[in-house]
Amino acid sequence: MKLSLSKVAQGYRLGTLNNLGRKGDRTMEFPGCLLYTRTGSAPHLTHDTLQVISRVPVMTQLTLSSLAEHYEVLEEYKEGIGKFIGMPESMFYCSLHDPVNPCPAGYVTNKSVSVWGVGGRLEMTAAKFMSVQQALQPDWFQCLSDGEALCGEVFSAKRARKSVDRSLAFLDECLKLQEQSEVLRSCVMIGVIEGGDILEERLRSARETAKRPVGGFLLDGFHGDAMTKETRLQLISAVTAELPEDKPRLICGIGQPDEVLECIEAGVDLFESFFPYQVTERGCALSFSFDYQPNPEDTLLQQNGEKEEGEIGDCIDKVTTTKRVPETSFEINLKEKKYRDDFGPVVEGCSCYCCKNHSRAYVHHLLVTNELLAGVLLMIHNFQHYFGFFCAIREALRKDRLGQLKELICSS
Amino acid sequence: MAAPRESQSTRSPEPMAAVAASAAGPGTRAPAALALRVVAECGRSKARACELRLPHGTVATPVFMPVGTQGTMKGVTAAQLDSLGCRICLGNTYHLGMRPGPELIQKAGGLHGFMNWNQNLLTDSGGFQMVSLLALSEVTEEGVRFRSPYDGTEILLSPEKSVEIQNALGSDIMMQLDDVVSSTLTGSRVEEAMHRSIRWLDRCISANRRPDQQNLFAIIQGGLDPVLRSKCLEEMTKRDVPGFAIGGLSGGESKEQFWKMVTLSTDQLPREKPRYLMGVGYATDLVVCVALGCDMFDCVFPTRTARFGSALVPTGNLQLKKKQFAKDFQPIDEACTCPTCQRHTRAFLHALLHSNNTAALHHVTTHNIAYQVWGPLGPDFIG
Repeated sequence: MKLSLSKVAQGYRLGTLNNLGRKGDRTMEFPGCLLYTRTGSAPHLTHDTLQVISRVPVMTQLTLSSLAEHYEVLEEYKEGIGKFIGMPESMFYCSLHDPVNPCPAGYVTNKSVSVWGVGGRLEMTAAKFMSVQQALQPDWFQCLSDGEALCGEVFSAKRARKSVDRSLAFLDECLKLQEQSEVLRSCVMIGVIEGGDILEERLRSARETAKRPVGGFLLDGFHGDAMTKETRLQLISAVTAELPEDKPRLICGIGQPDEVLECIEAGVDLFESFFPYQVTERGCALSFSFDYQPNPEDTLLQQNGEKEEGEIGDCIDKVTTTKRVPETSFEINLKEKKYRDDFGPVVEGCSCYCCKNHSRAYVHHLLVTNELLAGVLLMIHNFQHYFGFFCAIREALRKDRLGQLKELICSS
Repeated sequence: MAAPRESQSTRSPEPMAAVAASAAGPGTRAPAALALRVVAECGRSKARACELRLPHGTVATPVFMPVGTQGTMKGVTAAQLDSLGCRICLGNTYHLGMRPGPELIQKAGGLHGFMNWNQNLLTDSGGFQMVSLLALSEVTEEGVRFRSPYDGTEILLSPEKSVEIQNALGSDIMMQLDDVVSSTLTGSRVEEAMHRSIRWLDRCISANRRPDQQNLFAIIQGGLDPVLRSKCLEEMTKRDVPGFAIGGLSGGESKEQFWKMVTLSTDQLPREKPRYLMGVGYATDLVVCVALGCDMFDCVFPTRTARFGSALVPTGNLQLKKKQFAKDFQPIDEACTCPTCQRHTRAFLHALLHSNNTAALHHVTTHNIAYQVWGPLGPDFIG
């Protein structure tokens, strides 16, 4: 893998990762995102419906939590996860957990980390973890790590220190095991930066992890509400400053457009795409504009399409349910009555399959009647919109227009 | 069969308002919205292969029509359904009449426009659902009176109302409102229902405001009584409808009784009009009923069973969620060329079916639709 930077400024990086994949002939642009999957499949989508989406990322995120329980099957299958799930052409990054379903705390020991599959808790020692990776054969994988730095709801310095110590110990153990396996040597290990909200620990984690022969870094534990935005960004910047320039930086649990931009400015390269899935699950469609150089006519069209939106404005719905994350200002809720007879596309100007073929009224009907097709169409739209957003980010960086894009996004 | 089966229909870019001009002889009335051409007939059975020309394109029969109850084929997109070779599918008048309602659908350009489905659509009358889904429905000469399950208001579904809703939906084929009784029922109610269905047929025919674009089919009733059924056939075939459905079967009756009534019906139905056997969809039944002279079939079974992880195969079905498939690396069916079988193994589908990713259901639904549309009635059915 070779990382080429075409631009570095104000904290952010624009570039490409080259010589990726089994044959060393694949390329990935960054800042970018990975395709989110659940049990090895994009949510709601089969190969045919995934194909209609533009700019699907070249790298797919798999979660160990959803696949570990199929370890025996994969061992017997022998041909790796890509072929097993019917995506032989994709590259894969295997994360430990699923960003959408955080696991209960308190199940990390010095010897193991637990993941939760459909069948329940699976305890992963370093050895077990590496044998599962051997059966999966991903291109990249997150190393076994201790991501818990909280004691209840607040960070604990003691716990943060432990998370760093343990993660480094797991890293060293896994690296040793990797050396012993030819299959695993062709996979890239991603080192995990822990440390809660303690600057000292974060720096220690970054420096120590950077000393090991990992192929990239995952910034863990920056999601959720335990940290303030300011703290988060300060820590991320501090961490990335300690990391080598020539290796990619991933972050987990961050998906909202404004937060993505902030993290990019703090030196992060790669993100997950679980956010469009969460939007889909609440019957919503991403509608935020990332067109910072719009055609005046298009702006008018968009505004007319959204004119009733002004009443709701950009206030964030604070009503939370036990399962759902509240609606953001980046989306419209197609279950609302006003869409019942709105025959326009979900988002004016969007060229996705859903917007080219169906109306808001139809999607509204599907949602009201609880039809499966609602999820399919919304997932298509939301993924395409989100991937388009990342394309716009790279474009804006290329043209030095990040400020304009940021302004547009943060005024959503 | 002597002649080889003709290729599947081609899609016409726009709906044809008048289809049968060429088939109509001299001195006939305005062209109908349907034309049937018998392409081949079996020497040993009553099976036939036909070309059914409808406003939204030609359909090769025998044909299995998947059921897309609420204006959607479950998790399968219109484009996918099209690429599976489906040229006609069903929508349910009762469900769509409730949500989103005929006015909205009309505004959307009919059900074709609302779903963005440019092939053919067949809608049922709404009668069957009401009688089977609603605890409190009452049948009178007027129509079926029931309470809306959504807001409790009293609604009357009359022959006129049913046709009015179906006219708004704009389906290529619409069904008369019939007085449906269970096939296991005996006695005077069966006879009453048969006669009423004839009267309701006449009312439906009168109420159809778009006979040049929408084909109203009659539904033969009479239960399992050959005398009643023959009487119904005699009367209904006097009416000039574009096609006939064989109704009142596929309930609780025995197979023997079922087939007897089917063959009795096809014996007395005109050759040049399509025969639609309602609610029949299990593979063995399809093959037998094609041999008995039926052309069109519908059933929720393939799509419904898919959502339970059950995949249809020539030998029956595979309950893919079962443990035995966990390490089965074959596709659902080696001989199947559907997208699911081209790319996925039973083992993967098994794993995915145990997750909450709905994609699992879509994979099986796609396969089952392909299986029904191509399989039992495919080019090899002549065998």
